[in-house]
Amino acid sequence: MRITVDMNLCESHGQCVFAAPDIFSFDEEDYLVYEPAQPDELFAAAEKAAGSCPVRAISVQRDAS
Amino acid sequence: MSRDLREVVVVGASLAGLRAAGALRDAGYDGRLTLVGEEVHLPYDRPPLSKALRVDDLPLPDDGLRAEWRLGRRAVGLDSRRRVLTLDDGHTLRYDGLVITTGAAARGWPDPHVTLPAGVFTLRGKDDTEALREALGAARSVVVVGAGFLGGEVAAAARALGLEVTLVEAAGQPLERAVGERVGAYIGRLHQEAGITLRTGRTVTAFHGGERLTGVTLSDGTGIAADVAVLALGAVPATGWLEGSGLWLDDGVRCDAALRALRTDGSPVGSVVAAGDVVRWPHPLADGEPVALGHWTNAVDQAVVAAGTLLAPERPLPFDGLPSFWSDLHGVKIRSVGLPGLADEVRVIELDLPGRTLEACYLRKGRLVGALTVNRVRRLAGYRAQLRADLSAGLPAGLSAGPSAGLPAERSPLTGDAVPALP
Repeated sequence: MRITVDMNLCESHGQCVFAAPDIFSFDEEDYLVYEPAQPDELFAAAEKAAGSCPVRAISVQRDAS
Repeated sequence: MSRDLREVVVVGASLAGLRAAGALRDAGYDGRLTLVGEEVHLPYDRPPLSKALRVDDLPLPDDGLRAEWRLGRRAVGLDSRRRVLTLDDGHTLRYDGLVITTGAAARGWPDPHVTLPAGVFTLRGKDDTEALREALGAARSVVVVGAGFLGGEVAAAARALGLEVTLVEAAGQPLERAVGERVGAYIGRLHQEAGITLRTGRTVTAFHGGERLTGVTLSDGTGIAADVAVLALGAVPATGWLEGSGLWLDDGVRCDAALRALRTDGSPVGSVVAAGDVVRWPHPLADGEPVALGHWTNAVDQAVVAAGTLLAPERPLPFDGLPSFWSDLHGVKIRSVGLPGLADEVRVIELDLPGRTLEACYLRKGRLVGALTVNRVRRLAGYRAQLRADLSAGLPAGLSAGPSAGLPAERSPLTGDAVPALP
């Protein structure tokens, strides 16, 4: 699974960090930190994070199998 | 899934309604789906309307809903026994399941006998923001009545447009009831440093001008010249159309923990659920007292639970979503989790006005109920995890867990009068 966050849209609302703490976190400056490549087990959490983003900055793609 | 569910009507085509409809389809609901919306617009996102007075780029995606839209149509009556909804054009819609997401309307001027001159606005929808923007474009000065979230954001946006802005608030500090006195004072200072004139502890007693507004008088007798006034006095749940429906109306649609609408005798109406600003339901953080929340995240979270309750009425799941709100004022990010407004104690962990940072946590009977940060969103995750753990532990209503182990203690000297007295 691949995660993309449009950092031009991100306003550090933190909803994705709340919904999927295994994927998203903040650095000391409140900038979002995440690893784009993620295991498929986290797909549901990633989808929830995408749906909870007030500015719809997150997109989630499953790997082509 | 309930086999009897073939016709679902969603009344209210904004965020909660759209998300509830989406959740129904995501869960495999294959029947007919009708969305009724009072505005002529397809669903759009509301936060930018006040946060930047922005009306562009707002539509919400409605991918694959396969819904029938009744836009520009208002529901005017509900017969919950016969399961029939009446619209303002006289048409009726029969349903097996009804989702009430009519939200709330802007609270108007409390005295209906006062004639408001042109130039006095309220803000709730896209058309309101468009009208206000146009008026501000031709204005020099604006008075914003009410320094809550909406009022603060409108004042900040108007100031950013270069207008002279006066912000009038009846309480001692902006947002005092929602975030407490010290955090409210901090926010007040942000407004003042941005050049906004803040008048707290005062109300507007008169609007002047014949055709067009020229100014207002405050309760202390002072006058303020203004071309535009914005009333930001809170919201009123849109339940007028439910009078006589048999539903329990109590400053919102009273719902149980699974978001089923209740009758006046307290029993649930199986076929009717509600979500978003219109709901009043017993929140576990409030010791089971019914609360209503006008937050974006609440609408999103409740929509999913309400849809689930409708689809599986035999297994209603309680909604214990943790609310979260945000506001961007004068370039600082105010972020919050939980329900700070419920607190009887505020612990200020960090408060730095020049540095534009703040961290506060909120307790009720010694138990964490919320937290708020300014430019410190990273620290909210821990508070949220604590709130979630407390809720999952199912603390009985009113029973205190004692000061939570993970809760930071107040740090001296920040606990003193770190916020200078307002001039």
